[in-house]
Amino acid sequence: MELKPGSRWKSAVCTAEVVVVRAPAAPATLECGGAPMIAANAERPATAPEIAPAHAAGSLLGKRYADVESGLEALCAKPGAGSLSVDGRPMAAKDAKKLPSSD
Amino acid sequence: MHTALLLEMVAEALADRAAMGPRAASVSYGELWARARAAAAELALRSDDNVVHIGLNSPAVPLAIFASGLLGRPFAPLNYRLPDEQLRRLLARTAPATAVVDDDMTARVAGVPGVEILPRSVFEASALAAAALDHDLPDVEPDIAVLLFTSGTTGEPKAAILRHRHLAAYVISTVEFADAEEGQASLVSVPPYHIAGVSAVLTGVYGGRRIVHLPVFTPEAWVDAAITEKITHAMVVPTMLSRILEVLEARGESLPHLHSLSYGGGRMPPSVIERALNRLPHVNFVNAYGLTETSSTISVLRPDDHRAARTSDDPAVRRRLGSVGRPLPGLELEIRGPEGEAVPRGGTGEVWVRGEQISGEYLGRKLIRDDGWFPTNDSGWLDEAGYLFIEGRLDDVIVRGGENISPGEIEDALRAHPAVADVAVLGAPDEEWGEQVVAVVVVRSSVEAEDLRAWVRERLRSTKVPTQVLFRAELPYNETGKLLRRVLKAQMQMVSARDRKDVVAS
Repeated sequence: MELKPGSRWKSAVCTAEVVVVRAPAAPATLECGGAPMIAANAERPATAPEIAPAHAAGSLLGKRYADVESGLEALCAKPGAGSLSVDGRPMAAKDAKKLPSSD
Repeated sequence: MHTALLLEMVAEALADRAAMGPRAASVSYGELWARARAAAAELALRSDDNVVHIGLNSPAVPLAIFASGLLGRPFAPLNYRLPDEQLRRLLARTAPATAVVDDDMTARVAGVPGVEILPRSVFEASALAAAALDHDLPDVEPDIAVLLFTSGTTGEPKAAILRHRHLAAYVISTVEFADAEEGQASLVSVPPYHIAGVSAVLTGVYGGRRIVHLPVFTPEAWVDAAITEKITHAMVVPTMLSRILEVLEARGESLPHLHSLSYGGGRMPPSVIERALNRLPHVNFVNAYGLTETSSTISVLRPDDHRAARTSDDPAVRRRLGSVGRPLPGLELEIRGPEGEAVPRGGTGEVWVRGEQISGEYLGRKLIRDDGWFPTNDSGWLDEAGYLFIEGRLDDVIVRGGENISPGEIEDALRAHPAVADVAVLGAPDEEWGEQVVAVVVVRSSVEAEDLRAWVRERLRSTKVPTQVLFRAELPYNETGKLLRRVLKAQMQMVSARDRKDVVAS
């Protein structure tokens, strides 16, 4: 899968959608609920696979998730029951930025 | 990433939260998203490219930003204060375009080839009338989000390009999603054709704050709106702050609801920010430095820095009140010399930046380098702790006998003189030194040029003492309070040419 910055992906197993914020350094597979994510404009398979229990912590709207090993970073644009992973490694939610409002 | 997605996300998370307008008649985030889609459907009926905005600040601005974004069309806000002829010439450059124009300004811009005028009232009505319409919008891969014409004090204005990815990167790296508390409200008083007018909409929305537009800035209207609308957050340029303080001082008002006030867009005189800190001790002040070409802010002096600078015994900490703080995390910033070489810490040079929000590009011209570094044309230096001090535009630095002299420092010194109301310091050609220091002064009360020179001599190095002090009734500013140094310089050159002629004639 070509995880270009700005590209949108949706979960094959739940309602989650993400936008890639930072591309991985090397080819990688972005997953949600344990299953590879699919392009945002693709149809979800009629018989969706189950959410893998190890990847069922959920994805929260507006959270940024990062995988240190590949450098991949994604922003959750629609929430879902599945959690995000890269090549099987769970992605971690990034901490809130503590920047004062400047606009 | 698409800027319209920022609004869609907030509309999903905070559908009933007030998004736009006065407390008594606000529009919710859910409703704003619906209106933006309906307005986009209206614009989609027109086979034009750019979406131009000409008018005062109003709820039509965010509507046009998001509607054009949804269609993948550039949003190009123009300066309605330009003389008709210049405004029409600029508008012609945006063709083919649909121009959303304040109703009382349509006559000024009628008949420009390739531009269809959409009166603001019609545009806003379309967002309401078609609100139920939910047809699919074109599935576009958006690119250019905003075209901003730089003020162009010489020659034709340049159109700075900001792509969706630049603006979205800026927003998601500086604002935590839907983080605003219920009841927070931003007052937007910078004009819509200023980068801060655009970024205020995007960051305000992503944080989930209610946005209140002041149609046009006057200090009285700003203070009234801040009180009536219980404004918690606002951004102003230095001249606005100075005028707001005069109103507050005259009325004995302290704006108890105001939580955060950021300022930027020009050099803040120390005397003004000190007055502000005294007048509004409960407010968190933020100095934000950035350029149009950098998608707004790249460096911030935080509230804690302001407080530390006021209370510290350490002169290095105290002087940081005159800095623009530290670069945003995730951005790289370097000071480089004329050949692009790194300047050691503490040395002055050109400010260069690199990061995902940096565009550095204009229509037909690219200043950003292939490696992503962008030269800002601002002169500055970093202190030991990484605080950035901006000395002004590189072109404005005075080079006297090989020494680089920053006008700002001399202006600050002169502005602290009780008789000085306003001042600009410029370089003028000099046969012996290359350039000489000239101070152009507006006085409050009568004062001799020699007294002002002595005042500077007591405070700064002798090379910084103005050779000439000229007195003027006023200085030329643009409408966002930026001193028009080139205009002033041109006026001075005309005067000196006349002087020379007078000498020859006698």
